[in-house]
Amino acid sequence: MGLRKLKEILGINALRLAILISVIFLFLFIILIFVKGGKLISFTFLTQPPKAGMTKGGIFPAIIGTLYLTILSLLFAFPIGVLSAIYLVEYAKENLLVTIIRTAIGTLAGVPSIIFGLFGLAIFVVTFGFGVSILSGSLTLGIMVLPLIIKASEEAIKAVPDSFREASYALGATRRQTILKVVVPTAIPSILTGAIMSIGRAAGETAPILFTAATFYTRRLPKSIFDEVMVLPYHIYALMTEGTSPEYQVPIAYGTAVVLLGLVLVISSVSIIIRYRMRRSKKW
Amino acid sequence: MVKNRLKIEKLNLWFGEKQILNDISFSIPDKKITAIIGPSGCGKTTLLRCFNRMNDMADDVKIEGKIILDGYNIYEEKTDLSSLRMKIGMVFQRPNPFPKSIFENVAFGLRIKGFKDKIELMDIVEKSLKDSWLWNEVKDRLNSSAMELSGGQQQRLCIARALATNPEVILFDEPTSALDPQSTAKIEELISELKNSVTVLQVTHNIGQAARISDYTAFLYLGELVEFGISEKLFTVPQDKRTEEYLGGKFG
Repeated sequence: MGLRKLKEILGINALRLAILISVIFLFLFIILIFVKGGKLISFTFLTQPPKAGMTKGGIFPAIIGTLYLTILSLLFAFPIGVLSAIYLVEYAKENLLVTIIRTAIGTLAGVPSIIFGLFGLAIFVVTFGFGVSILSGSLTLGIMVLPLIIKASEEAIKAVPDSFREASYALGATRRQTILKVVVPTAIPSILTGAIMSIGRAAGETAPILFTAATFYTRRLPKSIFDEVMVLPYHIYALMTEGTSPEYQVPIAYGTAVVLLGLVLVISSVSIIIRYRMRRSKKW
Repeated sequence: MVKNRLKIEKLNLWFGEKQILNDISFSIPDKKITAIIGPSGCGKTTLLRCFNRMNDMADDVKIEGKIILDGYNIYEEKTDLSSLRMKIGMVFQRPNPFPKSIFENVAFGLRIKGFKDKIELMDIVEKSLKDSWLWNEVKDRLNSSAMELSGGQQQRLCIARALATNPEVILFDEPTSALDPQSTAKIEELISELKNSVTVLQVTHNIGQAARISDYTAFLYLGELVEFGISEKLFTVPQDKRTEEYLGGKFG
């Protein structure tokens, strides 16, 4: 066997090993969560508030809280993110200001989420006086996922071939018409991919909502966006760190983790289906 | 006496410091096919894109001179680019249908104009597809994606899309360079027929194609118009030495 052939075999096996390790950890992770938390999942668990000092009952208020925060943060961040990306790709000239804006967005994407939490506390909770509430939490999460959405949308819009833009202009379309009727519709499946990633982050982050939206325990559901809420990730954190009877509360934490994973999966699947249907008619 | 549709007067164009087109003047006859030929980099595509002002979008471009359509200089400041581009349509080098349905591709220009009437829209789409010889192949699947068509069909769809706004002139930028021989033959035939209703201006570096289908030919070299005249004459008895050398394959 020649040396080149040997190298070839070593190379491909190194790749196989790498993917194997990733897959093993992914499976271990899913199995662990489901083994420890799966048996708790029941109709009661999903539809009842916690009872008996968080040792019994369900996590319904936390599910609702997470849904509120995730959806509201996206309602806020998605349009602003997409519009910013359109501006950056289609309108902005390459100058110092735009370079600074781009760098800032890049940096913002890498800021630890706890910093966003502090920022949200200072701005929304205190300065704007929204208090610890759904509104403050959603805005904080929204700002956190904004750079993600801008980056993904920017890439998606850049990937639209210039030949489409030229064809549109050559047919008499203005720049605005070209963007609205050609560029955005072509890019939207990939833009949604960015949004889907953001859903996972917005739903799962604990730090940004720690000071801005989350409460340890409430029996009642939020009546307005100015109410504080229970949320799934914080519920897990609270049960694991502040619980007084871990023998009951740790399993509930794992059960909550299963629900959180499931929730992200469901929201993502819906977006993936929408994206798939759009892409089918728009492939090029 | 041939009637002229477009008149180019002392057209100069620079990208930055570099002059691409140098003092070009000639007239394009109405309802004929005029080919612009020349070696790569001679400025022929840039010249073609002057007619619907597609060069305007490039950074750092400077254009001087006039292009007169129906007695009106399209480089006047108050020219409405939108209506200019509906009067002077364009078909590109590579087929570039939008990732939309076949119907929506053809209807695009009309929708831009603000057409709402479904029946009228359908009529024009049908007529345009018939005029581009695509109707029979797509009439049962107007709502499927244009991306499912073959390259040759896509290019005919792009022609239908350009025809839908009822242009007076259509610019073709090497429309067959990305196509197989059969599709090429079909497009050539189609272009020959189009001249009954529109004025065709075509860039090509395929000399055979220019000789086959064009009535008039302009030879461009290093940004200069070397020779312009009836194709038959230009290809058989070129007046300029450079034309003769180009046609003889000395450079290209």
